Amino acid sequence: MTLLAIEGLTGGYGGADILHGVDLRVEPGEMVVIIGPNGAGKSTLMKAAFGLVKIREGAVLFERRDITPLRPDQIVRQGISYVPQENNVFPSLSVEENLEMGAFIRTDDIRPQLERIYNFFPRLGERRDQIAGSMSGGERQMLAMGRALMLDPKLLLLDEPTAGLSPLFIDQTFERIRKINEAGIGILMVEQNAKQALAVCDRGYVLTMGRNRIDDTGANLLANKDVAEMFLGG
Amino acid sequence: MTEFLQLVIYGVVLGSILTLGAIGVSLIYGILRFAHFAHGDIMTMGAYFAFALVVGLGFPIWASAPFAVVGGALLAIAIDQTVYRRLRRVQPIILLISSFGIAIALRSVVQLIWGPHNQVYASGIQMPYRLGDLVIKPDHVWIVLGAVVLVTALHLFLTRTKMGKAMRAMSDNMDLALVSGIPSERVIMVTWAVGGGLAAVAGVFLGMDTRLHPVMGWSLLLPVFAAAILGGIGRPYGAIAGGMVIGLSMELSTMVINPTYKPAVAFALMVLMLVVRPQGLFKGNA
Amino acid sequence: MELGGLLTYGVFFLTQAGIYAVLALGLNVQFGLTGQINIGVAGFFAVGAYTSAILTTSVTPAHLGGFDLPFLVGIAGAVVASGIVAVGIGWVTMRLRSDYLAIATIGIAEIIRLTLKNEDWLTNGVRGVPGIPRPFVETLGTDPLISLAVILAFVLLAYWLVERARVSPWGRVLRAIRENEDGVMAAGKDVARFRLQAFVFGSGLMGMAGGLYAHFIGFISPEAFLPLYGTFLVWVMLIAGGAGNNRGAVLGAFAIWMLWSATQFMTDALGAEYATQAGALRVLLIGVLLQVILILRPQGILPEHGRKGRR
Ligand SMILES: Nc1ncnc2c1ncn2[C@@H]1O[C@H](COP(=O)(O)OP(=O)(O)OP(=O)(O)O)[C@@H](O)[C@H]1O
Ligand SMILES: [Mg+2]
Repeated sequence: MTLLAIEGLTGGYGGADILHGVDLRVEPGEMVVIIGPNGAGKSTLMKAAFGLVKIREGAVLFERRDITPLRPDQIVRQGISYVPQENNVFPSLSVEENLEMGAFIRTDDIRPQLERIYNFFPRLGERRDQIAGSMSGGERQMLAMGRALMLDPKLLLLDEPTAGLSPLFIDQTFERIRKINEAGIGILMVEQNAKQALAVCDRGYVLTMGRNRIDDTGANLLANKDVAEMFLGG
Repeated sequence: MTEFLQLVIYGVVLGSILTLGAIGVSLIYGILRFAHFAHGDIMTMGAYFAFALVVGLGFPIWASAPFAVVGGALLAIAIDQTVYRRLRRVQPIILLISSFGIAIALRSVVQLIWGPHNQVYASGIQMPYRLGDLVIKPDHVWIVLGAVVLVTALHLFLTRTKMGKAMRAMSDNMDLALVSGIPSERVIMVTWAVGGGLAAVAGVFLGMDTRLHPVMGWSLLLPVFAAAILGGIGRPYGAIAGGMVIGLSMELSTMVINPTYKPAVAFALMVLMLVVRPQGLFKGNA
Repeated sequence: MELGGLLTYGVFFLTQAGIYAVLALGLNVQFGLTGQINIGVAGFFAVGAYTSAILTTSVTPAHLGGFDLPFLVGIAGAVVASGIVAVGIGWVTMRLRSDYLAIATIGIAEIIRLTLKNEDWLTNGVRGVPGIPRPFVETLGTDPLISLAVILAFVLLAYWLVERARVSPWGRVLRAIRENEDGVMAAGKDVARFRLQAFVFGSGLMGMAGGLYAHFIGFISPEAFLPLYGTFLVWVMLIAGGAGNNRGAVLGAFAIWMLWSATQFMTDALGAEYATQAGALRVLLIGVLLQVILILRPQGILPEHGRKGRR
């Protein structure tokens, strides 16, 4: 059963449409990457999947269920978590409080899950009482991902998880995302580091001006001349 | 010296009252992004709720205060659900105007029910405690103690409970709170309950300290906002410091200027703050 | 009421509505065009009223002056004095969110009220300033119709000024600031300066309304202002008429003033023993009316040009 299916999605922020009939799908356990130039509407597409933009036409289906009309907190309950591109932590809350907020809708004991997150991101475990606003960009990115994982989602939406990180951190981050994916969590990710992202993903989409132009396997996209010209530095 | 210490006592009492009001203003601003102009009149309502119990049912004032808190909380939630909730999708500026109208309406309700005159909870003079030349009324002790207990309780609520943390989270980053699955409407309701409840006690305390009057809360609105701004609006902890600074300054200023100009002192401090450090003592959401 | 009485009442009614229309136009510059919130309308109004009164009354030991100057000088003084107060408060708040301006305006109105009440040398305190001459009384006499004509002329003047401002490039910048401050800033415009100009312009008009009021009533005292209700009525007028639309502001002033006066007739019918309750009930009704308008028709009777539906 297809995990996420976006069908003919058209919409924007109330003014002119940003997205024009985008189609996209993620199969269970798949890692899918969206690349595209600045302002193409990649982040908008992520938000649309999460019910944060006005959708005029088309639908978002999660496990065949139409989630287009749902509110963000209802979508979270379906098993989707989302890490926005910017402002993705609560700056005045501690690391642990940030993670707790990720699990707000859980009513069971979240301590085991917290421990799992701390094992996966040891850095967060060391800093559980630190205020998120005082952490480095890389640490915040980990915290944001940790927060999103608190609900054991079936699908994780990541918007440029490596933006602004040093090359070392970028490699680490890709490695972690791969591990998360190996644990069976579907991943839909927007990435600027197209080369690396396409190398690790199952399939990729190229989004330009609110339309998806090309979709293919990661390997094929890497080999595609047009894609190479546009995004891979020739 | 005695005069100074005496004024410090009055200042701490006033500061306690202002703090309770300013915390609510700050919490509401943090989450809904508008200056709630009806906050003073919710204080008034709280004071009169308690008055109704004291006069109507012969309750002692300390026993009616908890009912006033519940009344204030329910009133704030009711106003939000019937009016503000419908305006939330438009700009916060419209909410501010709406709350100005609510302030006027609440005051009219108080006048309709309880009349336009001064009232007191208990007539007669309380035997004050004497410390050397200093005079401390028992009510003053209760007010300050009450404020300390409530502020401590609020602190525990904000740092130890899931709902309290969610309030801080929403105030930090509304969009992220939504995508984390935090149910915003529920948190907003709790915010109104806390803000309205604290305002109601502030009103009761104000009534104990001075007297009840339909304009009592509105007259305190300026110092309450000044306290919230001084502490960095949107930061409930700053409101405590802001409340104390404003309360002390207002009382101490009477050593040098005409006491009728006390509100002007609050105003002057606020303006000074806006000029030199608009984000407040503790970085707020300016 | 016989015909003569009705006529007198009609003139009285229109005169007061005209003064409110000037206030509503002033607020329209601030809120309608620029998105600023002024909760101290009554303060600027009072400054104007007292300034004009002090300038035009004959010399007295009771308060500052008077200076026995002509009516038009009094009105000009009213505009200038309110404008000066506005510069002071605006200078502090123009760079901040509009909430801060709103809060600061309560403060300034409160301080003005306290000053009027307590500074006897300046304003004769609670005893007020009597003997303010009617407009052009030496040349035109004391017919109330003359006052009405003068005030309506000022309404037209105010309307003309604000309408000119609205359609001018300056007015377009104001609206751009209201819609998208960052965009205007990015275009290299000094946002704070434009805001300050608009705030001072609007406050000047409020001062003018105050001056007109003083000359029309002939006697002013701190009690005569009911600061908050005055401010509140002006707000309801502007929102009901249509913020951003000058004809809406004038229409709102007349419509709400009519409604307000009509509720007085109804509550008068309740009898004197319920006078205070009736007064409170009137205010409550207007307070509820404001909420209903904001929820059901936030754009007002005459929406701003080029803007439809809810904002
Ligand atoms: N909140 C918003 N309101 C209105 N328009 C917006 C908003 N956010 C983005 N846009 C517009 O939508 C378009 C697409 O923006 P989006 O953020 O989706 O691009 P992107 O592909 O994620 O770009 P980037 O690589 O820079 O992150 C842009 O033209 C942008 O100006
Ligand atoms: Mg983006």
